[in-house]
Amino acid sequence: MTHLVEARELVKDFPGVRAVDGLSFEVRRGQCFGLLGPNGAGKTTTLEMLEGISRPTAGEVLYQGRPLDRAFREEIGIQFQSTALQDFQTVCESLRMFASLYRRTTDLDELIALCNLSEILDRDTRKLSGGQRQRLLLAIALVNDPLLLFLDEPTTGLDPQSRRNFWGLIEAVRRRGKTVVLTTHYMEEAQRLCDEVVIVDRGRIIARGRPQELVQAHFPAVVVRLPADAWPSGAPPPPASDLRDGYIELFTEEVPPVLEHLKRVGANLNELKVETPNLEDLFLKLTGHGLRS
Amino acid sequence: MWRRVLAILRARNREFYRDKAGLGWNIIMPFLMVFGFAFIFRAEPDDLFKVAVLTGRGELSAEASPFLATRHVTFVSLSEPESAIRKVERHQVDLLLDLRAGAKYWVNVHSAKGYLAERLLRAAYAGAAPLPARQTVSGEALRYVDWVLPGVLAMNIMFSSLWGVGWVIVRYRKNGVLRRLQATPLSAFEFLSAQVLSRLAVVLSASVIVYLGADLFLDFVMRGSYLALFLVYVAGALCLISMGLIVAARLRTEELADGVLNLLAWPMLLLSGVWFSMDGTSPAAQVISEIFPLTHMVNAARRVMIDGSGLSEILPELALLAGMGLLLLVTAARLFRWD
Repeated sequence: MTHLVEARELVKDFPGVRAVDGLSFEVRRGQCFGLLGPNGAGKTTTLEMLEGISRPTAGEVLYQGRPLDRAFREEIGIQFQSTALQDFQTVCESLRMFASLYRRTTDLDELIALCNLSEILDRDTRKLSGGQRQRLLLAIALVNDPLLLFLDEPTTGLDPQSRRNFWGLIEAVRRRGKTVVLTTHYMEEAQRLCDEVVIVDRGRIIARGRPQELVQAHFPAVVVRLPADAWPSGAPPPPASDLRDGYIELFTEEVPPVLEHLKRVGANLNELKVETPNLEDLFLKLTGHGLRS
Repeated sequence: MWRRVLAILRARNREFYRDKAGLGWNIIMPFLMVFGFAFIFRAEPDDLFKVAVLTGRGELSAEASPFLATRHVTFVSLSEPESAIRKVERHQVDLLLDLRAGAKYWVNVHSAKGYLAERLLRAAYAGAAPLPARQTVSGEALRYVDWVLPGVLAMNIMFSSLWGVGWVIVRYRKNGVLRRLQATPLSAFEFLSAQVLSRLAVVLSASVIVYLGADLFLDFVMRGSYLALFLVYVAGALCLISMGLIVAARLRTEELADGVLNLLAWPMLLLSGVWFSMDGTSPAAQVISEIFPLTHMVNAARRVMIDGSGLSEILPELALLAGMGLLLLVTAARLFRWD
């Protein structure tokens, strides 16, 4: 069996809202699977159903081909988006407490080294920085040596440096053969970590596939971005372009003819950028609204 | 299972004893109460005398006895002769009048107010009816501190039990601790057991400290068995902790939990006879007070400490408390939600 987790026609209703509206997908063993979408798209709700924390209104979740049971809890690790730990505990005590809740545990010393916790072992968990806290929460999620790891927006609120460190950590975890399911609204994160993503908006899947292939399938090779005020007034509007965040965007297979054209109309090229389209562009194209709206 | 219960129990205990402010409060508050109430607040009734009356039918009218028409005397109807006589011995009532067949009255030869009340009784009967037969008892007055201490200990247990689990679990639910624990193999039953055991240990240790402290600074009576007293407080604490768990089973905000806990605690405090005796209060208040576990805990503790009752004599109250506790605990476990 190659599918570790299978979601079939998941639906979740809250009073007055359908938060998740018929999602189906499969997560392969050893894969890093990403659920992408803006806030309120239904990512966390979907993840909670996969984790067995909340029951779907309709549809089902299968783990190794079977419905979720109590044994499932022994085999998964979860890092929630926001979690408080019990007060007045040190990092070490928190780890040990969670370790005693499981039948099987990983080697704690190794885990502490992996998550880089050795220097803060005796610190009160309330006095940790954002990055330290996320590392501890990841260590707790890994304490039972899970087959399957759920990460709900693991780097939201971290500074860029801590975020990059955390990505390195998740890559190290993946090298140990863990299957990872994560949600994020950072496209960069998804592109770096995920083998496969589904893009969710308003409770429905609007695209799925490998991040690179998804982008290539929807866009020409590159995008040329030019500040809107660099376009000479009076010149005819640029062909096949979009206006976004004060930038004119020209998607194209080849850059030189575009540059030729820009020079001809007398555009100011000082702030011109040539980029590869990313998931963010894709999301905008598919939904017509921004990711963080 | 026990490994998981223990893990949660240890974490909760650490959380409790490292919270120095909370810990100090748990110990200091009952002392303040005992001292305050024992020395400052000595309740004097408005009426000059308090007379207990034993009647067949329980109603007090001047036809039953000319004495009952006397003003500025509180007449209290009682039904159990034995405990009524004990109240005369301890100066809790000044006189006991038995109006059933073969009318009698009891007076304590050591009581000054008893002497005066007897003169009033004789005057009321003079020429009107044959005087009831005189019976005497003796005994020193029961001091307020002796009477109030078992109740103060029980009250402290009540506050610590209700808030100790109620407040904490609601906070855990609100800040996501419960959700995190739900994602582990820990079951609700294991989690609740750990909370009950942790709080029980805290409540009982605090009570032992308060008892020893009171013993050091105050002179009070303890006539019964320590084991019986301990079991009364254990059973009572279990009841009240379970009550706290019921409140905490679903609520999501501490403010609401606080309100509900207050709503439970204050009627119990006022109607369980902790500060003043329920004798002579309205029948409705007495019926309500029977519902509260605190009432039974206070009564049983008084019977051990003041009357010197042993384990066998308070067994009915212990069984009642244990039964209530079990019922409340099962209800709490059924109502409990992680989120």
